[in-house]
Amino acid sequence: MLSETFTVIHPSGFHARPTKIFVHAATQFNCKVNLVKGSKKVNGKSSLGLLSLGLAKGDEVTLEVDGEREDEALRELGPLLSKIYEE
Amino acid sequence: MSQQLTGIAASPGIAIARAFRYAHTAAETPERAEVADASAEAERFRAAVARAKTEIDAIRESTARRLGAAKAEIFEAHLMLLDDPDLVDAVLEQIDNESVNAEYALHEVTGMIVEMLRGMDSEMLRERATDVLDVSGRVMSHLKGRPYAALSGIAEETIIVAQDLTPSDTAQLDLDYVRGFVTEIGSRTSHSAIMARSLELPAIVGAGKAAADVPDGTTIILDATEGRIVVDPSDEELADYRARKEAYNARVAELKRLASEPSISADGAHVELAANIGGVEDVAKALENGADGVGLFRTEFLYMGRNSLPTEEEQHETYRHVLAKMEGKRVVIRTLDIGGDKELPYLSLPKESNPFLGQRAVRFCLSREDVFRTQLRALLRASTAGKLNIMFPMIAVAGELRQAKAILAEERAKLESEGIAVASDIEVGIMIEIPAAALNADYLAKEVDFFSIGTNDLIQYTMAADRMNDAVSYLYQPYHPSILRLVRMVIRAAEREGKWAGMCGEMAGDLTAIPLLLGLGLGEFSMSASSVLPARELIGMLSKQEWARLADEALQLGTQEEVKQFVEQRSRA
Repeated sequence: MLSETFTVIHPSGFHARPTKIFVHAATQFNCKVNLVKGSKKVNGKSSLGLLSLGLAKGDEVTLEVDGEREDEALRELGPLLSKIYEE
Repeated sequence: MSQQLTGIAASPGIAIARAFRYAHTAAETPERAEVADASAEAERFRAAVARAKTEIDAIRESTARRLGAAKAEIFEAHLMLLDDPDLVDAVLEQIDNESVNAEYALHEVTGMIVEMLRGMDSEMLRERATDVLDVSGRVMSHLKGRPYAALSGIAEETIIVAQDLTPSDTAQLDLDYVRGFVTEIGSRTSHSAIMARSLELPAIVGAGKAAADVPDGTTIILDATEGRIVVDPSDEELADYRARKEAYNARVAELKRLASEPSISADGAHVELAANIGGVEDVAKALENGADGVGLFRTEFLYMGRNSLPTEEEQHETYRHVLAKMEGKRVVIRTLDIGGDKELPYLSLPKESNPFLGQRAVRFCLSREDVFRTQLRALLRASTAGKLNIMFPMIAVAGELRQAKAILAEERAKLESEGIAVASDIEVGIMIEIPAAALNADYLAKEVDFFSIGTNDLIQYTMAADRMNDAVSYLYQPYHPSILRLVRMVIRAAEREGKWAGMCGEMAGDLTAIPLLLGLGLGEFSMSASSVLPARELIGMLSKQEWARLADEALQLGTQEEVKQFVEQRSRA
């Protein structure tokens, strides 16, 4: 298992658009994708799971990947947590 | 007897029509039943999900056709919900574990998700609950074998009254008959509110439980400019609101027409009405509102809420994008304005006892050349994508400006020696927000291409008062003669050197201040996008020459109150 911690910088937090982009990317991987904030761990392939973390700008979130092509998943998915999405 | 209700004006306009009470059928609780064959039940659920997806996909397509791809995005989110393991797998698991009917399992899982979302701090997330109810309601209707509640049967002029409208409700509204809607719950940022604005349909949300008592079929007036609902209006009220409605519609049409018009005073003086933006996401709104350019792009947002500095590449991409989208219209990008109340924790800057008088903005950049150079390189590389103006914030003395310009010239030379193209017509200017700079504007004007007056800070520094401090905020006086004299000084200094002077503080979008600023000779006004069209309309009615005379008169007055009163009287005249 690999993991890394990121800071959310999207100004209005992790809402519809960034969630969509992240979940879409996460489902491309066969490995397990989990997100951890504090004591809460959710499925990164679920937009509801992501929303339930209530990630706001400045929050830290840890990405855990486990399984097939996990290194690749970490490399691709990590930046999606801390990037500003443009319209 | 008529009765009045109030709510949040979510989408402006005035409508008069019969009320149509609309209620969802999805809310009822299904019976719990044991099923003999759990796998067959799971299959029935999967089939209902698949049919719901097909329907939502059709709504998505028709919404994209009617309202554009951005508005259709919500239905993409709905389709994603129907793939979401936390929803779909959870229902399937419950069917499997408990051998329970699909309706019940769906209701249970949906209930938990909705409860979770409604408990969130963010208004936006709380509203996602409506989306979950919307998709699960649709799946439920397929499980029960009856059509999902439809608004398509309406065939007379109607104002819909509902507890809430889901995105698929709003997407189905037949605009030939629906004149507006009222909801009991919701906020300005609910999907229904956003949809109403893009459909240009008058809407009031959050009208409360009282809205539920509006009798079906009663005539109601929806004044969504004021957030007022008149139930069963009198003849006088009807006549009054019919007149208001006509006046309102005429005004909207007039403002719309202005989006593609130049910003020009009644006596033919051209000004530029630009928008302030904080990122790429604000550009579309600036363009829709007919902004002549971007007068202030605050780049600090690129640096905030993260662990490390943004890279040159990241910044370059953003700047290039904004410049390209503005299609050759002027874009003034302000270099990093950090310090004061805006911190970057990852730089661990020393605490200052007077941060507003400390190492802010350009002062910080000159002390951290590495940060500054990265931003300047990103800006220079993006410059070929449009019409770039670079602006240094908080310049107090000429030395700072020279230092900043020297660094800019060095970075340009480096890029050119690397064979990277840089535009030759980049204008370089400064923000005037420190009284010392305003008082010395004559001199500074020789070394810049433009000034932009930042009134928020200029007023605070001139009055030595923090406008966020309640005890002294009364000293935040944009109309005070001291401020107006500084503004005039800056504009005249620019004029003498053949440079342009703009304003990017809140004052620039203030309809009361605009006549005065036009009279003082301001050439560019930068404001929030939504203020551009009302400002353009106002300027079209003003004579610059006359206001030049009136502004001189106003500057003879001694207090903010006198100036304000004077301007208001003359504006009405």
